[in-house]
Order: sequence, then C-alpha cells, then structure tokens
Amino acid sequence: MRKLLIVIALLAPPALAQASSNNENLDSVHIDLADRLSLQKGANTFVNYCLSCHNAAYMRYERMASDLGISEQLLKDNLMFAADKPGELMVTTMAPTDAKQWFGVVPPDLSLTARSRGPDWIYTYLRSFYHDESTPTGWNNLLFPSVAMPHVLHQWQGTRTAHFEEVDGNKHFESFVAGVPGQMTESEYNSTIRDLTNFMVYLAEPAKLVRYRIGFWVMIFMVVFIVLSYTLKKEYWRDVH
Amino acid sequence: MMQSLLHWIDERFPLTKVWQEHMAQYYAPKNFNFWYYFGSLALLVLVLQIVTGILLTMHYKPDSTLAFASVEYIMRDVPGGWFIRYLHSVGSSMFFVTVYLHMFRGLMYGSHREPRELIWLIGVVIYVALMAEAFFGYLLPWGNMSYWGAQVIVSLFGAIPGIGEALAEWVRGDFVISDATLNRFFAFHVILLPLLLAALVYLHIVALHKVGSNNPDGIEIKKNKDKDGKPLDGIPFHPYYTVKDVFGVAVFMMVYLAIVFFVPELDGWFLEKDNFQPADILQTPPEIVPLWYLTPYYSILRAVTFEWLPGGAKLWGVMAMGFAIVLLFFLPWLDRSKVRSIRYRGWMYKTMLILFAVNFVMLGYLGTVNPGHVDLIWFKNVTWAQIGLVVYFAFFLLMPIYTKLDRNKPEPDRVR
Repeated sequence: MRKLLIVIALLAPPALAQASSNNENLDSVHIDLADRLSLQKGANTFVNYCLSCHNAAYMRYERMASDLGISEQLLKDNLMFAADKPGELMVTTMAPTDAKQWFGVVPPDLSLTARSRGPDWIYTYLRSFYHDESTPTGWNNLLFPSVAMPHVLHQWQGTRTAHFEEVDGNKHFESFVAGVPGQMTESEYNSTIRDLTNFMVYLAEPAKLVRYRIGFWVMIFMVVFIVLSYTLKKEYWRDVH
Repeated sequence: MMQSLLHWIDERFPLTKVWQEHMAQYYAPKNFNFWYYFGSLALLVLVLQIVTGILLTMHYKPDSTLAFASVEYIMRDVPGGWFIRYLHSVGSSMFFVTVYLHMFRGLMYGSHREPRELIWLIGVVIYVALMAEAFFGYLLPWGNMSYWGAQVIVSLFGAIPGIGEALAEWVRGDFVISDATLNRFFAFHVILLPLLLAALVYLHIVALHKVGSNNPDGIEIKKNKDKDGKPLDGIPFHPYYTVKDVFGVAVFMMVYLAIVFFVPELDGWFLEKDNFQPADILQTPPEIVPLWYLTPYYSILRAVTFEWLPGGAKLWGVMAMGFAIVLLFFLPWLDRSKVRSIRYRGWMYKTMLILFAVNFVMLGYLGTVNPGHVDLIWFKNVTWAQIGLVVYFAFFLLMPIYTKLDRNKPEPDRVR
C-alpha cells in the first residue's frame, strides 16, 4: 500500500500549484513584517492618504501603535486625524452618502484587502494609475480599468498617460508616456508603495507578527513530545511479538 | 479511600466494568499499521472542534450585519482569538483529512465486511452529518464565498420537480440567503449536528467494540484464542494502543499546528481569498467553489451537462451527486470477495481501488476549477469530470462482478 501513497502524493502537488496560479500579470512585492521601519512608513502613508476615504474598521489605532512600536504621543500627534481616543476603530470621517455622491461607490474597507486581493495585487494596482480624460475623475488604472478611485498619490508619482495600440480591434497597452514629473523618483515611489503594501499585509492580520514566532517554539515542543511519546510507546511494546 | 470511592461508584454505575470491557480488556489485533491511527485522530479533532467551537461561540454574533465583523473581532481583539479561530477553521479540513483516510483504510482492509456492516453504515451517516456540519459552518463567517456557496448549494433543492423551489425557500427561510438563513444555520451548526455527531460516534464505537476491530490481514483474531479465552493475536487496547495513539496524536498535532501557525489559509485551500470580503448580494465571486472536501461531489454535479435528459441536466446532476453518496451505504453488500484485506486480493480489486482513489482526488481538484478550461492534459475539465463520474460509479456498480472474478491469495491463519 506504500505504492498507493506515493501515487497519491505525486498527484497532489500539481493540483496544489494550480490553485495558486493567477491569470493577471502582477508585479511581485517583497513582504517583510520584521521590517518595522517599513511598517511605520506604510502606516504613515495609509493614515494620511488611504484613511481619508477608506475605512479600516476592524482595526484599532492603539493596537497598530503598540504593534509597530509607535508611542501614544506620536500616535495622537501624527496618525489620529479622525479619532479622539487611541482605542477607537480606524474609521474615515467621510460619510458614506457623500462618498456615494462623489465617487459613485462607497470606498471599500481596506482592513482585509491584503488577504482578499493579495499583496502583489495592491502593489501593482497602486503603481498602475495613468491620466485619462475620458473618466469622471481624470484617472484610470491599467490593472483595474475604469476604477472609481482617483490617483491619490499622483503628486508623488507624477502624471503620466498610457499609450494603447489597436490590435484586431482591441486596445492593447503599449507603454506609459511620462508627463508632469512627481516629487519622487520611480524607485522612491516603488519603495513607498512597497512600505504601504507591507503595512496592509500587517493590517489584514496583526496576529501574523506573533504567529511565526510562537509557531517556532510550538514546533520545538512538538518534536520533544513526539520523541518522548515514541520512546514511551517503544518501551510498552517491547513485550509484543 | 480511592478504593472505597470506586467501590461506592461501582455499586451504582458500572465504571470498572466499562473500563475493563472497552479499554483494559478490550483486545485489539496487534498488527495495526499506519492507517489505524486515523480513527482516534478523527475523535480527537471532533473534541477539539467542539472545544474551540464553544470558545468561538462566546464572541461570534449570528447576525448578518455583525457576523463578519465579529469574526474579525475574534481575530484581532479577543486575546488568543486568532489561534482558536485557526484551530477551528483548519480543524474542519483536518477532520475531513482524517475521515477520508479512515474510510480509505476500511476499503483497503475490508473493514466494512461482515460482521462490521453496521459500523460502516453508522460511519457513512457520520460522514454525511460531517458534510452538513461543515456546510452550515461555512456560512457563519458571512464572507462572500460563504454567501454564494450557500446560495448555490441550497438552490440545488430547486432542481427537484414540483416542490423544489418551495423547498429551497423553506430551507433558506427567505427568497435568498439572508439573516434568517444565517440564524438557522448557526443553530444547526452549534447544536443539532454536534449533538448528532457525538451520538453517532458513540454508536460507531459501541458497534465496533461488539464485534472487535478488523486488521490489515482482514482475518478474525477471535478464531485463535488461548485457554483463558483471550485472542492470541490480540493485545489489550490499554495500555498498548493508548500509548501508540498518543504518539500518533503527537505527529498529527505537529502537522495540524504547523498549518495553524505557518499557513492557516493553505494557499486558499483551507480559507478562501473571497471569504475575506463580506457577503455581498450584488457581487458574485468569479468562481463559486465549495471547500476541497466537498469538491469531488461538486464535480459529479457539474459533470452532468446533458440538457436533453428529461427534467434537465441540473436535476440529473443533483441525483448523480446524491446517488454517489447513497452508494457508500451499499458497499458491504456490493463486495462479494471471499477475502477482506487488499493483501490477499487479486489484481482487479487492487487496480480498481487505486483507480478509485486517484479518481476521487482528480474529481476533488476538478471541482475547484472552471469546467470550460483545460487544466489537465488532453481534455477540458468538464470532460475529465465526466470520465471521473463514470469511474466513480463503475467502482461501485461493477464491484459485485470484479470482486467475484478476482483471483485471491489464500489468507493466513494468524496475523503477520
């Protein structure tokens, strides 16, 4: 029956690999939750820009500050624009009815976006905006065409347009055309978005910061437990022939 | 002191008697192998699911406007809540892993054959109850896949001619999956089915201890007894199998906890991406799929695409899916072989069993992908699912023939 196990084991991995494959071409982003500076920078961008319209309504300011090593004073002075107490949830001040009127949709909650869309998606999405006169906001996105969200960070990235070629009647993206330059170089902008994505991965699952560390000790304990229980079993079974 | 207390209890409750009959003097064959761990492991997972489930219930809110947020509250604000939640969500998958391996063990060594038919029948009822339990529980986080998964599965009742639509509406308590559905599914998930499962598992073990365990050789150890009436190839369950099972538990828990701590989503196989978005009646996920343990049957459902069938393809798909499970109940009588264990069976049963196992995995995989795509070689996924459907039913329906024709090897008198 060992053969049977091998057959099944050989069949399983290709199936597992298939499930994770994605049809979209996404740029991969390096996520490192141990990089606290990156998380803090990301938190800064998130609170100053994203939180103006979006909620992160499952997260509390206090938790973020203590997890990222931000003092309460620093938190109150720099990161709490929409709340009075550190224990409050990260909710935007923009009323849903206003948002609906201005953008046509209520901006989605961002607490779990890194888990529902994945970090690569966020990283690619925030780097795919371009200027487009034909949309209500004047902005469009290559990854998410006709998205209701304007390019909030255009002052950093600069304004660019997209050049499309007609191929068999379909619009085919060729390249971006640089326009007004931003305050950041391309690599600075990429690094800022990477920090923001890194923060959003943390935001989607704060437990991730401790999960691996606890898990490591649990595994060591389990190895000891396995060795002990095996030794015990062997001792008891010595008289079974 | 302890002795007199025990005496006092024994006069009022058969404590020592039960202990002797079911543990200290319950003789189990001495040749249990790897495959015999999964029964006790499934029991362990049941207990863990009940314990973690009770803890989750203390913080979860079965209300369509609060449910999703309450799960995130558990994940973030409840101390250790994420650990309990992952134990429970990974636990549901681990439950099916253990149960599938446990059932496969039965197929290999003929554990469903006379005189153990009733153990198998109760086991299949447990399996069906477990699928219901998992299905009801999957709606509770109120994620978008929870919502649409439930929508699709409940709408299957609609395929039944005449009463179908009314029946689906009765199950949902509404025209769509709604707060009413969430509340009743919560009731089923935390009370009805756990109670049923506990009772069924009890019956499963009572029936097992009446006839005694089978073993990898598929021969009765009760045929060879010593002068005291103890089976020569049997050893007391306690302490031998209790210590052995502790080792099994240790290895199993290491795998289980590794998933919980390092990959609780298991790349979308244990927690789906779409379920991190709250249920949205206006936004259908691009691909509605149940979790992996139900996908073999989902594949069979989707494999029936022949609209020319009277009543429509959906009705026949639902019937095929139902029939696929019903066939499991008949297994003890479909098998006509003179030997139980695969060790002494001929090439036909061996081939069919391997084919069945591979096919079951394939159907499971196909249930997670778009039927119109080509993900395996040669054919579209739906064509492979149709082949899979035929193989699945052939395994059962041809069983009386190939088990009868098979050239078996002679069974030994004693276990190896």
